[in-house]
Amino acid sequence: MKIDPKISQKIAFTLLLLATLVVILPVALVIVVIVKEGIGAINWEFLTAMPRSGMRAGGILPAIVGTFYLVLGAILFALPVGLFSAIYLAEYAKDNWLNRAVRLAIINLAGVPSVVFGLFGLALFVTFFRFGASILAGSLTLGLMILPVVITSSREALDAVPKSFRQVSLSLGATKVQTIRYAVLPHALPGILTGTILGIGRAAGETAPILFTVAAFYLPRLPKSIFDQAMALPYHLYVLSTQVPNVDSKIRYGTALVLLAIVLTMNLVAVAIRSHFRKKKKW
Amino acid sequence: MRFKEKSVEFLIRVCGVASIFIVALIFLFLLKEGIQLFGRVSAVDFLFGRNWYPISEPGEFGILPLILGTLLVTLGASILSIPFGVAAAVYISEVAPARFKEVLKSGIELLAAIPSVVLGFIGMVTIVPWVKAAFKVPTGLTAFTGSLLLAFMAMPTIVSIAEDALHSVPKSYKEGAYALGATRWQTIRRVILPAASSGILAAIMLGIGRVVGETMAVMMVTGNSPSMPRGFFYPVRTLTATVAAEMGETVQGSDHYFALFAIGIVLFLITFAVNMAADLFLHRKKK
Amino acid sequence: MVKTEPPTKISVKKLFVSYGTKTVLRDISLEIPANQVLSIIGPANSGKTSFLKTLNRLIETESDCSIAGEVFFDGREIRRDLDPAELRRKIGIIFALPVPLPMTVFENVVYGPRRQGVRQKKKLKEIAEQALREAYLWDEMKDRLDEFALKLSGGQQQRLCIARTLAVRPDVILFDEPCSALDPISTAKIEEAMGILKEHYTIVLVTNNTKQAARVGDQTAFFLSGDLVEIGPTGKIFTAPADQRTEDYIVGRFG
Repeated sequence: MKIDPKISQKIAFTLLLLATLVVILPVALVIVVIVKEGIGAINWEFLTAMPRSGMRAGGILPAIVGTFYLVLGAILFALPVGLFSAIYLAEYAKDNWLNRAVRLAIINLAGVPSVVFGLFGLALFVTFFRFGASILAGSLTLGLMILPVVITSSREALDAVPKSFRQVSLSLGATKVQTIRYAVLPHALPGILTGTILGIGRAAGETAPILFTVAAFYLPRLPKSIFDQAMALPYHLYVLSTQVPNVDSKIRYGTALVLLAIVLTMNLVAVAIRSHFRKKKKW
Repeated sequence: MRFKEKSVEFLIRVCGVASIFIVALIFLFLLKEGIQLFGRVSAVDFLFGRNWYPISEPGEFGILPLILGTLLVTLGASILSIPFGVAAAVYISEVAPARFKEVLKSGIELLAAIPSVVLGFIGMVTIVPWVKAAFKVPTGLTAFTGSLLLAFMAMPTIVSIAEDALHSVPKSYKEGAYALGATRWQTIRRVILPAASSGILAAIMLGIGRVVGETMAVMMVTGNSPSMPRGFFYPVRTLTATVAAEMGETVQGSDHYFALFAIGIVLFLITFAVNMAADLFLHRKKK
Repeated sequence: MVKTEPPTKISVKKLFVSYGTKTVLRDISLEIPANQVLSIIGPANSGKTSFLKTLNRLIETESDCSIAGEVFFDGREIRRDLDPAELRRKIGIIFALPVPLPMTVFENVVYGPRRQGVRQKKKLKEIAEQALREAYLWDEMKDRLDEFALKLSGGQQQRLCIARTLAVRPDVILFDEPCSALDPISTAKIEEAMGILKEHYTIVLVTNNTKQAARVGDQTAFFLSGDLVEIGPTGKIFTAPADQRTEDYIVGRFG
């Protein structure tokens, strides 16, 4: 029996739509569940106080502050290195074996499991460089992890600037570095910013890289130097859910909510910047 | 002025090739620590040994159960994520109306952005009890639970790369088919999908690579049993979860410590191979 | 009265240029005297644009490009004796499609001087005014300097590009089919500007429009598929060309 192609198309498209919804709906579910169960825990004390009685009461301020420092450190490393790396790829690299190797290295770096970054951070920063389990070690490890994100989005942003701008700048007697600085970079800024913010969101949510390099579970005081250990939201959530019995589930959901809120806000901001500048394209 | 220019260009070039240097360094340090295990344990015993008893005296370091655990979870996740992921990619790329398409793409990006520890947490509190009840097993912490959760983590990767591949099929292919009277669905099936096939394959491989490397979510829902897996609805332990769970308890410089780094080498090599293969497929397509 | 020979500004000796295996310029040798207009004519893909870009070394930004031969500017070889940025300040170029940078008119004009380190607002304003006057744009733009350059009409944008180049005070200006995207009135304005500019500058004009070449050029060169077929005073080229191919092109038998 031959089915009319129009009908088989309709069936097929409906199935495809259903499949798509299956992929997307969990996002909504996750967000709804966490907000519903966790919002009860969110109050001023929760966000600004130190934890008490082994995490069963009080607030999660040190974890928030720890996450903030770690992400800041990660970006301070990843942004300059990543941007310069992208500039190299977009403006200087010719098509030879060296640069194909660079491209492959970036793809591989992007695919290395997060726990392997943790091992590397442990071996290199904590042990070899003797930084110990510290914010310094943790930030550098996270920074390495988000490097590919920053490189890729910066590279795309640089490539999107029309070649003619470079030609004009060079033909007016500017040097190559001047051309990059004044004729290319200003117009790639939104893309670079987007990539950086996405990197921030990623760094804030990662647990495995910080497991062996910085994270402490119960440190009811704020870190004083980059050589201190610190609490961090993802690690905090992990331990709360798996190793601390008798915690009010509200606290668990509340921690998850704070982490999710930070990460999703970063993503939404990045997307907003990207679409705003896409519309406002000046050329 | 000339000096400033030259030194900036020097920095640019150094950063440019830094990635190669970093990947090499990662491998080197993994090797530096991991290889020290093989003075005591042979590589064959390591890879194929069925007993992972790192803290007994003397310790046994066979990672076969862990490899099988990873395999089981990855297989399950692939079976779930590949059809749904590719189907969603096709829908978004070829069927969805423009504005809905943007909403869907944002939804996928949001899913990809959720931290794995958050998904693991949700998995623990929702999926684990459900599995226990629905499948009548002693515990909901099983390979199946892990597969389910990880499938959702692989899907965004599969969807976005497959969608890119579908999107870059030249318009002329489609237009040719329409001109001959084919419906959109027929065109998708017979023209677009085959044309994008190597890109889609690459998407699948990268999705699998993501699953293999996933740590936290898997750690929180698959149970803690580093023995040979008994089945899909039993607890397992993956390579990644082992490293994450046990590193905190090892003494630096002990065999256990080296063994965990050796697992790191295995993980690095697996994801390296998967990524290289995926890249090959992505570039074969471009020609 | 003795007629003195004008000094040679640019001297090209046995120039070969290729992209990968494809040769775009073959054994080009010619002399460009100072304060004159050299028109370059020829069909598409003759290497005319590549020739211009070789003169100011812009061609080196193309991938896979190899150059053999010598080009002398004021007696100095451009690849051996001069650095690219320095050379390009002396040899400016106007492209076929006007490319204003996405900034104000003023910022466009002073882009070059700024890169050379000129900072004082007063000096920059002086430079901008002089350049805009020479490009026949001052009267239209003097109250609109802060306007976004992309809002200008095609003809105004092209004159802006000329002003931008003039602000750098080059010795030579290369024009690559500057009027191809413009209407006849703008074209006339630019041709008029070129006529005045040659008093202070040396000009090389690539054009698809043989009539324009005849109007504007003191010398004319005919390029065909990478070869320099013929070069000579414009009057002679257009009335009594030495090579049959030149004549065929000029009368429109091909092109």
